[in-house]
Amino acid sequence: MKTLKIEDLSKNFGSTEVLKKINLEIDEGNFLVLLGPSGCGKSTLLNIIAGLETINEGNVFIDDYNVSKVEPKDRNIAMVFQSYALYPSMNVRENMIFGLKQAKTSKEKIEQQLEKVSKFLQVDQLLERKPSQLSGGQRQRVAIGRALVREPRIFLFDEPLSNLDAKLRVEMRREIKKLHQQLKTTVVYVTHDQTEAMSLGTRIAIMNHGVIQQNDTPENIYNKPSNTFVADFIGSPSMNLIKGSLKESSGEISFTASGSNFEIPVKGYEFKDKSNLNNKEVFFGIRPEHIYFKKSNESDFEVTLRADLSEYIGHEQIITFDYANQEILAKFPSTIKIELAKETKLYFDLTQTSLFDAQTEERI
Amino acid sequence: MQDNLKPSSYQQLEQKSKYTNMFLRWFLYFILILFASYFIFPLYVMVVTSLKTMEEIRQGTLLSWPSGLNFESWAVAWGGRGYGAGDTFLKPYFWNSIKMVVPAVFFSTFIGAMTGYVLTKWRFKGDSWVFLFLLFGCFIPFQAILLPMARTLGALGISNSIVGLVLVHTVYGIPFTTLFFRNYYVSVPTELVKAARIDGAGFFKIFFKILLPISAPIIVVTVIWQFTQIWNDFLFGSTFSFGEAAPIQVALNNMVLSSTSVKEYNVDMASAIIAGVPTLIVYVLAGKYFIRGLTSGAVKG
Repeated sequence: MKTLKIEDLSKNFGSTEVLKKINLEIDEGNFLVLLGPSGCGKSTLLNIIAGLETINEGNVFIDDYNVSKVEPKDRNIAMVFQSYALYPSMNVRENMIFGLKQAKTSKEKIEQQLEKVSKFLQVDQLLERKPSQLSGGQRQRVAIGRALVREPRIFLFDEPLSNLDAKLRVEMRREIKKLHQQLKTTVVYVTHDQTEAMSLGTRIAIMNHGVIQQNDTPENIYNKPSNTFVADFIGSPSMNLIKGSLKESSGEISFTASGSNFEIPVKGYEFKDKSNLNNKEVFFGIRPEHIYFKKSNESDFEVTLRADLSEYIGHEQIITFDYANQEILAKFPSTIKIELAKETKLYFDLTQTSLFDAQTEERI
Repeated sequence: MQDNLKPSSYQQLEQKSKYTNMFLRWFLYFILILFASYFIFPLYVMVVTSLKTMEEIRQGTLLSWPSGLNFESWAVAWGGRGYGAGDTFLKPYFWNSIKMVVPAVFFSTFIGAMTGYVLTKWRFKGDSWVFLFLLFGCFIPFQAILLPMARTLGALGISNSIVGLVLVHTVYGIPFTTLFFRNYYVSVPTELVKAARIDGAGFFKIFFKILLPISAPIIVVTVIWQFTQIWNDFLFGSTFSFGEAAPIQVALNNMVLSSTSVKEYNVDMASAIIAGVPTLIVYVLAGKYFIRGLTSGAVKG
């Protein structure tokens, strides 16, 4: 039984297709993050799961029960919004029990739930306050509390941290993580922040233009991006994609960047399909953090590149190198001295590379 | 160039700027007092005249202070002289106006709030067209609808009645009240409505429990606007009602224009003030919110 299952879901607003044949499944207790640039359809998808938005095609199942035409309140879900959406005229107590009251829950049960949740979230001192008298973090907690008292099957979070300042955001992120560890409720969480996605999710679904690009664990999203969009979207700075072609001679496969004849062996790479690799146009992907200044593994591959630009950002520095007239970025600790406009010896970690078909932009 | 300025020249500059500022300040006050007196002057004349006896008025000293506080003309304006036919006084018409203005303001405000709520939070296909046509209602000149409205009232059997006037003013108020509430609710985050829907609240519950309690500023604006419009209306009142059912503005007109004998300016002035007082009271009581509601609009929460 899947806690949430989405089947061939399509949605359009007028003539614009927002979601195209989305398929998605979540197991009980998972924390799924929908990640993508703005306008990719992630919030629409969340609203559809909540039942706040109608469906053009396809179905949504919660616990194998088709809820596509079920009212939001009957879906056994709770949602936390970006603006918190606390009812301004009600105090914290009224905000938190509003849903239970609508559901005609008994007074004792309401009091019991309220006490449990408000203690748990440490808002029991704030019950008589109005939302306007709360700080950002407190509002956030109350909003989560309002979702918690309903004891839903699925929590939906719509960019809940993006209204907070940087410091509080990191704190609240940890609290949400803790919350999930303790409650083990299924969560669907929408964000455009990759750090949030990586640190919170047990699974991440990366979306672009209404299509799920990759739905995988954070490790696989980072290490084995399924196409150039995912490779480019995750990581800061994003993955270097060097244009070039593959060469196969006597079983050994190597990569050559266009405009150079320097060969990088990729024999350790796990190809999905080993046929027809010779002369294939590809992107060679390597993350800035996988380019080293000192050789650290036996398999590291030595290259000599010219440093063009240096960006100092405190604990580390980002250096732009020239690789056969293509820019590549590398990240080093800021203790390393690198001279600009000079050839520098670097080491590519070949166990951490990705190869993408230049035409389809899919991982090969 | 200025690097060799001596401390003494700084003092001179300081003096100069002090005199300039003082002059500008006095000039500002002069202008303000000038405009204020321009606006207050007619009211002064009205009040003073209403307190004078006819003898004093005949002396032709328009601006002079009355000899004493003589409220007789006020009593006449309000309650009449006590003889039978032909004596028009404001009291019954004042209550007519109250009976008209209270329900008309209530219904137009309520319906406007509801319409604004639907147009912003329950969007439907073609809603922007509906809003456009409603806006159109704000620009149709009153005169253009007199005939069709008269026929409608006739068909409904409520012509020449307070109920008829309530209907006319409610219908004519809806475009304005909708505009006010729509613009206010646009700035209320729609996520509030979404949250309430997940919490299980329906259309009316969301309106009454979530939105109305935060609408105080715009309700005040709308009530003042509608009250002023309806209370001060003469056209609809004089067209759709006469005799007993007329509102106060029509009665005032009849009183001032139809007196056969000598023109009693003191009574006329007192009547005009009485007819204007309720709007003044509304402004004084709610004026603070009026400005706030007009300028803010945004809800933080």
